[in-house]
Amino acid sequence: MPRRFIVSIVASMAALISSPGLSLAQTWDSAGLPQSAFGPSQTTSAPAPRRDLSGIWDAGSAGIAPTGHVASPFTPWAEERLKDMKPGNGPRSVTEQFINDPLNTLCDPAGFPRTVLYELRPTQIVQTSNQVLILYMYEKRWRVIWTDGRQLPKDPDPRWYGYSVGRWEDDYTLVVQTIGMDERTWLDNAGNPHSFDLRVEERYHRVNRDTLELTVTINDPTAYTKPWMPRNRVPLKLMPPDTDLREWICAPSEAAAYRSVVDSQNKLATDKK
Amino acid sequence: MRHKFFGMILTAGPLVLALPLVAHHGAASFDVANLRTLKGTVTEWVWSNPHCFLKIDVKDESGAVTHWVVETQNPTTMTQGGWSRRMFKPGDEVTVTLEPNKNGAPIGLVRSVILPNGQKLGAGGAGSARPPEK
Repeated sequence: MPRRFIVSIVASMAALISSPGLSLAQTWDSAGLPQSAFGPSQTTSAPAPRRDLSGIWDAGSAGIAPTGHVASPFTPWAEERLKDMKPGNGPRSVTEQFINDPLNTLCDPAGFPRTVLYELRPTQIVQTSNQVLILYMYEKRWRVIWTDGRQLPKDPDPRWYGYSVGRWEDDYTLVVQTIGMDERTWLDNAGNPHSFDLRVEERYHRVNRDTLELTVTINDPTAYTKPWMPRNRVPLKLMPPDTDLREWICAPSEAAAYRSVVDSQNKLATDKK
Repeated sequence: MRHKFFGMILTAGPLVLALPLVAHHGAASFDVANLRTLKGTVTEWVWSNPHCFLKIDVKDESGAVTHWVVETQNPTTMTQGGWSRRMFKPGDEVTVTLEPNKNGAPIGLVRSVILPNGQKLGAGGAGSARPPEK
C-alpha cells in the first residue's frame, strides 16, 4: 500500500475524530453517569476554578433516596401533621392503595428541598453576574439563587421551591439559604413533614474541577426538635459539557392512567373475596 | 380457586439478584419474600412516569387467562438498567419474576424479565434507586 495513501487515511481519521460534529462524547438523552464514574479514582482531577460551580453534575445512586431520610425527633406539631401523611416508604409506610404522597400519586411538584433530598439526578448549574441557576433533570425544573446581596423576603407567599439567596463563603464554597416553602410539600419519601418556618441551608463545596459536594441542613423548629442533615457531603461528579439530559416529567394525566391500572387490578382481588 | 388462579405460576424462590425497591412504594404492599415467576404473552408495554408497566396474559392449566400488570420503575431508571421503550411488543412471550401484591391482586413489582431472545434483564442497574446504606 502506498505510503502516501496510508498517511492520507490516518489524516482523515484524525480529522473525523477531532471534528466537533462527530465527537464520541456527544450524546442525546443521557440518564446520568455510569456507576463506574463514582469510584475512588478521582484524585487526579485538576484544581477547582475560583467561584465557579457551572457544569452538569451527577451524584449517581448517592443522589437517590427512595426510602427517605432519618429525621430529628418530631415536635407535637409534626406528630399532628403526620396523621394526614401516608407515605409509601420509610418506617410509617402504608400499602399502595393508601399512599397519599402528592408527588408520587398526583405528580404534584416535588418542591424544595425534596428535589435535592429524593431524586437528585443530573443537574446543571449556570452562573450569571447576579444569579446561580440550578436546572434539574428530575421534573425538568429550575431554581434561581440570587447572589446580588439581597436579603430574603420578610413575609413571603408560599412557593413550591421557596426563595433562595447565596453567598460565597470562600472561593470554592457557595452557601445557599432558602425559606418560604409551601407546607404541602413533603421532605422525602418517608413522609417527613415541614412547616412554613422551614429554613434550608445548602453548602456547595467544589473540591476540585470534577467534584462538587452537597450538604443540606434542615432547620424547622416548628416540626423538629433540632436541626438535621439529610445530605452530608454527597459528591457530585462533573459530566461532559456536551451531555444532553433526558426529559423527566411526571404528567398528571400519566399519573392518573397509572392509578387507574393499579386500582382496577387491585379491584380484581377485592372482587374475588 | 386461588391455587387455580396461580396454577401456571412457578415459585421462584429467593433470587440471588440484589435489586432495589421501587421508589414510590416500599415492601408494605408487595411480598418480597415470595417471588413469583410468570410466563405470559405481552399485551401492552407502557413506558411512562411515574412507573412503566408491562401487561401480560398468563394462561393456567385449564386455559383460563389472567391479565397481570407488572410494574417497573420510571423510564430513566429502567434505561440505566438496559431497558427501553421498544423492548416489548404485543404477542411477545416473556418470563417475568416479580414481587406479588400481598392482597392477591394480579399485580406485582418486577425483579427480572427474560425476553423472547433469551436475554435476561434485572429491574435496576447502575444508578438506579438503591436505598442509602444506613
